[in-house]
Amino acid sequence: MSKWASLLAAAALAVSASAFAQSPKPQNYGIGTQATPEQIAGWDIDVRPDGVGLPPGKGSVKDGEKVYLERCAACHGEFGESAGRWPQLAQGKGTLATHDPVKTVGSYFPYAASFFDYIRRAMPFGDAQSLSNNEIYAVTAFILNLNDIVDDNFVLSKETWSKVKMPNEGGFFDDDRKVAEKAFWNSKPCMKDCRPPVKITGHASVIDVTPDDKSIRKGGVE
Amino acid sequence: MNHSDDPPRPSRRRLLAGAAGLAAAGVVGRARANDANLPPNVASWSKTLGDGVGVRPYGKPSPFEKDVVRRDVQWLTASRESSVSFTPLHDLDGIITPNGLCFERHHGGITEIDPHDYRLMLHGLVDKPLIFTLEDLKRLPRVNRIYFLECAANSGMEWRGAQLNGCQYTHGMIHCVMYTGVPLKLLLEQAGLKTNAKWLHVEGGDSSGMNRSLPLHKALDDCMIAYRQNGEMLRPEQGYPVRLVVPGWEGNIWIKWLRRIKVGDEPWYTREETSKYTDLLENGKARKFTFEMDAKSVITSPSPQVPVKGKGFLVISGLAWSGRGKVTRVDVSLDGGRNWRTAKIDGPVLDKSCVRFYAETEWNGQELLLQSRAMDDTGYVQPTKDDLRKIRGVNSIYHNNGIQTWAVKPNGEVENVEVG
Repeated sequence: MSKWASLLAAAALAVSASAFAQSPKPQNYGIGTQATPEQIAGWDIDVRPDGVGLPPGKGSVKDGEKVYLERCAACHGEFGESAGRWPQLAQGKGTLATHDPVKTVGSYFPYAASFFDYIRRAMPFGDAQSLSNNEIYAVTAFILNLNDIVDDNFVLSKETWSKVKMPNEGGFFDDDRKVAEKAFWNSKPCMKDCRPPVKITGHASVIDVTPDDKSIRKGGVE
Repeated sequence: MNHSDDPPRPSRRRLLAGAAGLAAAGVVGRARANDANLPPNVASWSKTLGDGVGVRPYGKPSPFEKDVVRRDVQWLTASRESSVSFTPLHDLDGIITPNGLCFERHHGGITEIDPHDYRLMLHGLVDKPLIFTLEDLKRLPRVNRIYFLECAANSGMEWRGAQLNGCQYTHGMIHCVMYTGVPLKLLLEQAGLKTNAKWLHVEGGDSSGMNRSLPLHKALDDCMIAYRQNGEMLRPEQGYPVRLVVPGWEGNIWIKWLRRIKVGDEPWYTREETSKYTDLLENGKARKFTFEMDAKSVITSPSPQVPVKGKGFLVISGLAWSGRGKVTRVDVSLDGGRNWRTAKIDGPVLDKSCVRFYAETEWNGQELLLQSRAMDDTGYVQPTKDDLRKIRGVNSIYHNNGIQTWAVKPNGEVENVEVG
């Protein structure tokens, strides 16, 4: 418990206005049951960029193509181009700085873990956690190949994980609003004649995509 | 003999007649009053018995309020299971959102969990990994807190210009309720944190296995493991039986149907916090871990779904909130942001909660360009849409807290517009 005391002391300093700053000494209520390693193993499915959490197994681009065509292509398109309104998985390179950015595995995702983990927990849509570990590795390898990130003979596994480098890994930076948007902190905002008279420059009614809502009442002034 | 103290038992025929009468008169949604119910006539409801207790064991709103419902925009998403519905902000007042009207955002549909089968696993960099049942969580000390919950994509359809007519659609991915539950800090204390603990992986039990990385300092500050909302148990749409509450931070991290908390030393960079909830700027670079929801406000009445009903005295009403603290002030403009006056805040002013504001005026058919501007106790002032776009561009999708403009027309109709 000494660990706790020091950690909480540090936390109390860092967060002076904690909503739950009560007694510095944590109380153990003896409620809850110790989780067994077997119980944890069944649910512990998260995967980190550094590969921590990767399950045993492996999968090739070639095997992945078969899984993909059977389980994924109906929504995501045979080449990751997307069917209907489902997420596009491939292409999109060079679009992020345009007004039509296409965010795909190849153009946007910073780490292979970000979609390996997602496939493992949530895909195929409506049949989550139905893929075997080998199938997850294989379909991940195939999607990487669709994006020209690995070659046709690549086999993805724990051992080859670190070879995968995503093109947009350097495309992200930590929240800098407090610096970049410092001008928005202004304790005396303008109250009078703050700008020249304004004109309407755009109308939602012209775009006309609001769902038809029969409950909307018309103006009452006749 | 007149036993006036004995209520006559309504006959079945009478009940049917009453129901038929309601339908025949078309009262639900009827536009005009029925003269037979107006003075000097005695209204029909003054002469007949109503339902007894127990007829409505779990109450519902009056049938005359049937239009006060969540709505969705079907073209927004590929499926209804991974989609969103919007809170009818224009039909509400005060700061508390009724449970049945809190906007929904699911990624794999509304998950229904038998509370007997519910388990919360807490493991990773802890001294003792634990599993809690729902009853375990309810036995622990609990707290009550009122917080707003806003989806980071709220107003995301408006980055490039005015698009949807109605604050339900432009701002309705927010609700504000009272949560009851266990401080997350207290729960972590039960397992005992290792000294290298820095981040939590929080995960939902739905078929999307929704997962986010939560910094430990936030978890120890004000996060909650909530099982009640406005007194009753959480609704399935809000994560029954247990959700995570992360005050002031984007809704995506408030994991619903919470099944697992894993303590680690680094973030996980899940799909949600890389490909989704990152803010793409004009230069193609994206901000990550933009957790706080900036101060924001919207006028809920008048608004496109609530036109002005008559000349003369007019109460302008709206909601304001800040993920960084308390809302200290809200200003209202009638001329598109040229001149401002401070509105009256009425009701509770709480940390990371909504506040309700009012501004009174006279309206005589002149065109108005209504705006509201929130300030919080960190000194942050809600920016104009244009000021926001100058820094963030228009590709951002998330965290659009720009000032909204409603144009009030001479006939009282209200439209979502852009001004410049």
